Amino acid sequence: MRHIISILIENEAGALSRVAGLFSARGYNIESLTVAPTEDPSLSRMTLVTRGNDDIIEQITKQLNKLIDVVKLIDLVETPHVERELMLVKIKTTQETREEIKRTTDIFRGNIIDVTAHSYVVEMTGPSDKLDAFVSAIAADNIIEVVRSGTTGISRGEKGLHL
Amino acid sequence: MELSGGQIVVQCLKDEGVEFLFGYPGGAVLHLYDALFHQEDVKHILVRHEQAAVHSADAYARATGKPGVVLVTSGPGATNAVTGIATAYMDSIPMVIISGQVSTPVIGSDAFQEVDMIGITRPCVKHNFLVKNVADLAETLKKAFHIATTGRPGPVVVDIPKDITDPKIKIPYKYPKKITMRSYNPAVKGHTGQIKKAVELLLSAQRPIIYAGGGVILGDGNKELIKLAQTLGYPITLTLMGLGAYPATDKQFVGMLGMHGTYEANMAMHESDVIIAIGARFDDRVTGRLTEFCPYAKIIHIDIDPASIAKTVKVDIPIVGEVKSVLKDMLELIKDSEIKTNPKALAAWWKQIAQWRDVQCLEYDRNSGLIKPQYVIEQLYQVTKGDAIVTSDVGQHQMFAAQYYPFDKPRRWINSGGLGTMGFGLPAAIGVKLAYPELDVACVTGEASIQMCIQELSTALQYKTPVKIINLNNRYMGMVRQWQEFSYESRYSHSYMDTIPDFVKLAEAYGHVGIRIDKPEEVRSALEQAFALKDRTVFLDIITDRTENVYPMIEAGKAHHEMKLRVALGTSTDRELA
Ligand SMILES: Cc1cc2nc3c(=O)[nH]c(=O)nc-3n(C[C@H](O)[C@H](O)[C@H](O)COP(=O)(O)OP(=O)(O)OC[C@H]3O[C@@H](n4cnc5c(N)ncnc54)[C@H](O)[C@@H]3O)c2cc1C
Ligand SMILES: Cc1ncc(C[n+]2csc(CCOP(=O)(O)OP(=O)(O)O)c2C)c(N)n1
Ligand SMILES: [Mg+2]
Repeated sequence: MRHIISILIENEAGALSRVAGLFSARGYNIESLTVAPTEDPSLSRMTLVTRGNDDIIEQITKQLNKLIDVVKLIDLVETPHVERELMLVKIKTTQETREEIKRTTDIFRGNIIDVTAHSYVVEMTGPSDKLDAFVSAIAADNIIEVVRSGTTGISRGEKGLHL
Repeated sequence: MELSGGQIVVQCLKDEGVEFLFGYPGGAVLHLYDALFHQEDVKHILVRHEQAAVHSADAYARATGKPGVVLVTSGPGATNAVTGIATAYMDSIPMVIISGQVSTPVIGSDAFQEVDMIGITRPCVKHNFLVKNVADLAETLKKAFHIATTGRPGPVVVDIPKDITDPKIKIPYKYPKKITMRSYNPAVKGHTGQIKKAVELLLSAQRPIIYAGGGVILGDGNKELIKLAQTLGYPITLTLMGLGAYPATDKQFVGMLGMHGTYEANMAMHESDVIIAIGARFDDRVTGRLTEFCPYAKIIHIDIDPASIAKTVKVDIPIVGEVKSVLKDMLELIKDSEIKTNPKALAAWWKQIAQWRDVQCLEYDRNSGLIKPQYVIEQLYQVTKGDAIVTSDVGQHQMFAAQYYPFDKPRRWINSGGLGTMGFGLPAAIGVKLAYPELDVACVTGEASIQMCIQELSTALQYKTPVKIINLNNRYMGMVRQWQEFSYESRYSHSYMDTIPDFVKLAEAYGHVGIRIDKPEEVRSALEQAFALKDRTVFLDIITDRTENVYPMIEAGKAHHEMKLRVALGTSTDRELA
């Protein structure tokens, strides 16, 4: 099953490599990983998407918790949550395809943020499967480049992951 | 007080109460070595190879419970230390390793003797730090000692660039008395509800067994363990790392379990209905084939590290906490419990165990005319009255020591279990002897292992650490040869060396006493002579039966009840190696 592990970690040099190293050393898979400092600059928030059965996920969360730099973590999948991913797609355009691509972008609530004679850059956020759907709605030949941030997420309701 | 970075490090070690610093100098730590000069509080032990510095400090920690401390230079000094660090990590030994690093402005430029020590050691340390500011030095060292010695212990590396120890830069010094870290708060007390459930399960058992490990020794919980076992009257087995946590000469002890454990211990595990695992981590050398592991048992597991619980074996009642505290709570509950142990079931269980004991799985041929390694260990036990600290290397000799030297006290059996590092034994013995000059210290080793850190004979002379080296010389990498005999149709591929040094001359060249023994009747007197030479390091080169194997053995992929036993007594001696 897919899990979204959200981690509050000391914003120290090397903290990211401890997490990445743990995954490679123990053979766990990382589907995506996002990191940035939080409102408290001494802390970073990391969101990690991984897959595995319950036993593996249990070991993953225990091993992550064991890292000295990790302050707290939750598996978002275990609680009501929202998840979002940011995607930028550069699409080849021609006189004939421009309208169609714009319409599709609108349907997916994306924005065109760069336009040249022969291309668009579409910005889109949403759950990962929506972004997948958009990419498959565009003819593969027309896609120049896809950049995705990886999933990030937050729990619903007033409770939060903080100190 | 204004101090330079180098002086701060030395002062921190003093304030931590560090007795010995095992180290080896080099460019990146010269400021530090200068700060060590002209002071007597922290005794520096100059080893002959950085790996040995770590093993010595590690064994000092295992024997005393205090953290072992090491100082090495950058680059090759640091990489030489890595095997030792990994050894300590696998066995959860509290250590602080200080490594020099190139100066901060040149980090990352492939400077002379630069290696990414933080990156290299990340997977084999509990934590590591790169100090980038002299103002952080004291607090970082405090954190290092705090992390190394609390929770599940482990080695911590502090990598210090040369400019941080610059004698020209002095800052006010203050060593923090206490440290709190928001991201690190290891559990101490176990969950009351879980402990209650565990006690109920334990008391209602019909065929119980206590399976305890290194965590009992690391957490100084042996008194509570003894109390628990004796209150319940249950059989107890120990892992290789747990030996000494419960007196081996007591009748409730059924021996070590696992790959080379006793028949009775492994059978009792296999047939048990309730297992309480205490500070043990269900290592693969212990469990054998996982799908057949203890098929009838409900399992209680006490461990300070949640990640040790349910890692390989699913447990019914996990308890996260310190052994000492959890066992104390359990004993309280047992005292007041309305459920009592079942004497009838227990009597039947002990009767069954007695039958397994009758197999006498550790019996061996005593009339072969050859020196049996088992016999040497038995004699070592007698000569030292069971009161020596025994270190070992890795191989058959290690297993013989574990099987034939019954340890009655914790911290007397010092060996590398998790990593199985050949070369550990001699530097370990030196570290132990420094800690306990008044005790007998024996290093049980093999002719292959001893050569991996043999240079430490020189350290032993310099610091007058009169240890006794018991070299069970079977002219083979015996443990490798045994596997090749069992699993590779006796194709002894490169498990033999054509040129084994003359260990007597070697010992003498290093300024020690060397004695070669090749007759069984000489063993006893040679051991007596060696231990009588109180102030000399003695190297006993004992020529043992080269065909001997370690039994019982659970071969790879087999379960506890599928042990290979010594076939028939006497058959192993006359047999020719194919
Ligand atoms: C050649 C060879 C053969 C071997 N054969 C065998 C064999 O036959 N049988 C055998 O048993 N081993 C054998 N070993 C050793 C084996 O590889 C493991 O090292 C050993 O079994 C692990 O012991 P342990 O489970 O006691 O765990 P340790 O490695 O000692 O770990 C201790 C556990 O206790 C926990 N702990 C630490 N402190 C505390 C505390 N204060 N409170 C609570 N918990 C704590 C830790 O988190 C950890 O889980 C062999 C090794 C070699 C090299
Ligand atoms: C550093 C290292 N290299 C290789 C091994 C694999 N190994 C385990 S036991 C052994 C042979 C040990 O031979 P010896 O020291 O003579 O002991 P014996 O088994 O003969 O008693 C080897 C090579 C190891 N454990 N450690
Ligand atoms: Mg040998």
